[in-house]
Amino acid sequence: MLNFSKINILFIYLIFFSISIFVLLNFQNKDNLIIDKKVNLGLDLQGGSYLLLEINSDSLVQEKIQSKVIPIKKLLKDNNLKYSDFKINDKTLSLKVDNLDKFETLFFSTENNSVNIYIDNYRSFELEYNKIDNNYIEIIFSKFGLLTINNSALKQSIEIVRRRIDDVGTKEPTILQRGEKRILVELPGLKDPDRIKKLLGKTAKLNFRLVADNSEFGIEELLSENGEKLNVSKRIVMSGENLIDAQPSIQNQQNEPIVSFTLDRLGSQKFGRATTDNVGKRLAIVLDGKIISAPNINEPITTGNGMISGNFSFQEATDLSLLLRSGALPTPLNIVEERSVGPDLGEDSIKSGITSLIVGFILVILFMFYKYKIFGLIANTALIANLLMLVGILTILEATLTLPGIAGIILTVGMAVDANVLIFERIKEELKTEKSTIHAFDSGYSKAKITVLDANITTLIAATILFAFGSGPVKGFAITLGIGIVTTLFTAYFLARHLTSLIVLRNNNKEIKI
Amino acid sequence: MLKNNINFASGFKKANIASTILFILSLLLIIFKGLNYGIDFKGGTLIELRTEKNVTASSIRTSLSSMNLGDISVKNFGKDGDYLIKVEEKNTNDLIPQIKQTLTSNISAEVNFRRVENVGPKVSSELLESSVIAISLALAAMLFYIWIRFEWQFSIGSIIALFHDVVLTLGIFSFLSLEINLSIIAAVLTIVGYSMNDTVVIYDRIRENLFKYSKMSIGEIANLSINETLSRTIITSITTLLALISIFALGGEILRGFSFAMILGVLVGTYSSIFVASPILKFLKVSYKTLEKEEEKIVP
Repeated sequence: MLNFSKINILFIYLIFFSISIFVLLNFQNKDNLIIDKKVNLGLDLQGGSYLLLEINSDSLVQEKIQSKVIPIKKLLKDNNLKYSDFKINDKTLSLKVDNLDKFETLFFSTENNSVNIYIDNYRSFELEYNKIDNNYIEIIFSKFGLLTINNSALKQSIEIVRRRIDDVGTKEPTILQRGEKRILVELPGLKDPDRIKKLLGKTAKLNFRLVADNSEFGIEELLSENGEKLNVSKRIVMSGENLIDAQPSIQNQQNEPIVSFTLDRLGSQKFGRATTDNVGKRLAIVLDGKIISAPNINEPITTGNGMISGNFSFQEATDLSLLLRSGALPTPLNIVEERSVGPDLGEDSIKSGITSLIVGFILVILFMFYKYKIFGLIANTALIANLLMLVGILTILEATLTLPGIAGIILTVGMAVDANVLIFERIKEELKTEKSTIHAFDSGYSKAKITVLDANITTLIAATILFAFGSGPVKGFAITLGIGIVTTLFTAYFLARHLTSLIVLRNNNKEIKI
Repeated sequence: MLKNNINFASGFKKANIASTILFILSLLLIIFKGLNYGIDFKGGTLIELRTEKNVTASSIRTSLSSMNLGDISVKNFGKDGDYLIKVEEKNTNDLIPQIKQTLTSNISAEVNFRRVENVGPKVSSELLESSVIAISLALAAMLFYIWIRFEWQFSIGSIIALFHDVVLTLGIFSFLSLEINLSIIAAVLTIVGYSMNDTVVIYDRIRENLFKYSKMSIGEIANLSINETLSRTIITSITTLLALISIFALGGEILRGFSFAMILGVLVGTYSSIFVASPILKFLKVSYKTLEKEEEKIVP
């Protein structure tokens, strides 16, 4: 175990240096870099927000099932199928059909089915029905129908969340899908999480509806921002989808912040027609079911430009135009988990993390030197090499360093010496029975090998499971612990062994004590 | 060097009785007193804030009581003027700005929210579930690893030792009403790894000695092996504890619970590999013959 060929030695040091050199990248300026790699600081160290958003597709399912009412009625009428008791429930439709067999063939037909779409990639229909009794049935979305609704809503939400966040201008946001219903948002360096939360918490469904006491589409009573209750037609004159731009500005006469918007061609036409036909009436501007303002239509607006006023502060006008530009979310988003750390706490955490790392490191080094003298120095050299390689690999992987991650490094320092301790203690035992020093060292290394491997693999198993199940900071701990084990094995079995062999072979004839 | 010839085996019986009592006590504590779950597992809102030094915890408590937030806990957290507030309320969308507003207007001092965590009820139950799965999976993986590397008696011994460690650590946490959060779970998993590490070193030696001294009883062999590996066990515990104490003392408030759990775990884990894992081999009547049957499986 003590003989190294020249190639072996070359490889050991080549691997060591080529990995450790990456540590330097963390100290360089970003501009003059050829390889742009760095250990990322986790949100708990640099400050920032972690948000987990969940879509609530209930309202969407309601909407979708309602949109099926007319096609289903048409299908029944076209095929002379008699039905009765047609009812729209929360997420289902129920009805009595006279000829259920015929209904079934029509309902599950794969050709030209305008009611029940066949979803190719799931090999399933969008809708299915349950028999309540005899010919009384209940139409519901199938499992895959719901999945499709969810998926498209989630994809769309991610897109809109991204637009809103980009618009605010935070640096390097992470926006990812998590499972079937959730979106993970990480915003490093964010100072004011409340504003982002407010922006993400709004659906921002905008529509323009006439204020009227009766309408053929029905009316509903809506609350306006200043507490006034107004009757508004259910007919939507124009919706936020037709908006192509929205900007905050100041209305000159009253010096009041407003949002001015530009419409696309279809929107301009719709808006033009509605304002021409209804001069003198009030037009309610409704955002998420609340009236922002309901100005009088003084004259037809056909240019495709308009403005929204509503006692805004400039910040509110800015945020509203941002929301309108980015578009409406298909469903409301709930924040189901939030973790935010202010930048000053992050700095404190880095400081205390580094201090405890240095102190722990020095304590371990002193103890090892006290215990093993010259071989303690070897173990300590291996320990330093270990740290360099650990940080080097973290840099290569561009891993994220968290506060528990720093704890993982410190723990690695404490546990890394274990491999060398195991070996040295074994050699000590061998020296008692073995006459030749070289043989004693040799068999010490080879006998300890299995134990060292077994002992480290168990910790590696724990680290892997932590990585798989942990979130955020804990994952950071698992990464440093896991990589630490690998570098520990390398430094103990190659670097330290080589250094030991140098000492042992040089002092061939003398007695060596550990 | 000190020559180790301590008669551990004579202490096995007493230690086993003590361990059993502590184990049962811990279980009773966990079941009846329960664990003090943090917001990660219970849901709720946590705010770490920094304000002026003369602001007291009680003034924060009274100013928040008007908001009807349910159970509120306000604790000093590190320096004077640093507080940790925990609220049961889980609604997140506007809760935090509201709290901030209430505090700023009531205590008439600058309030800096340094850290905010909010976990909804669904997420917290998922986190608890995945933590339980993670710990069970870790135990199962260890069991399996030892089973392929050693014999089944060894894997039973090590798994009982691990259970002992996890239950005792959680029992102490329950006894002291310390908070269980995600980082404590990480600590428990690391303890599982560390304790296993210790056990494996002794088991490796026991296996080796079973071959070497086929005439010795398992009790004698366990005793011999523990003695032979004792200085390693102590040295590694010391270096690990040195590192952990450094985190505990200097790593800041956030890492305190984590490092405390780890320190407990290292102590309990070291004890259990000597006094729990090894006696079980004796109890299961492991001998040279049990190994002989599966000799081909063993890597020397």
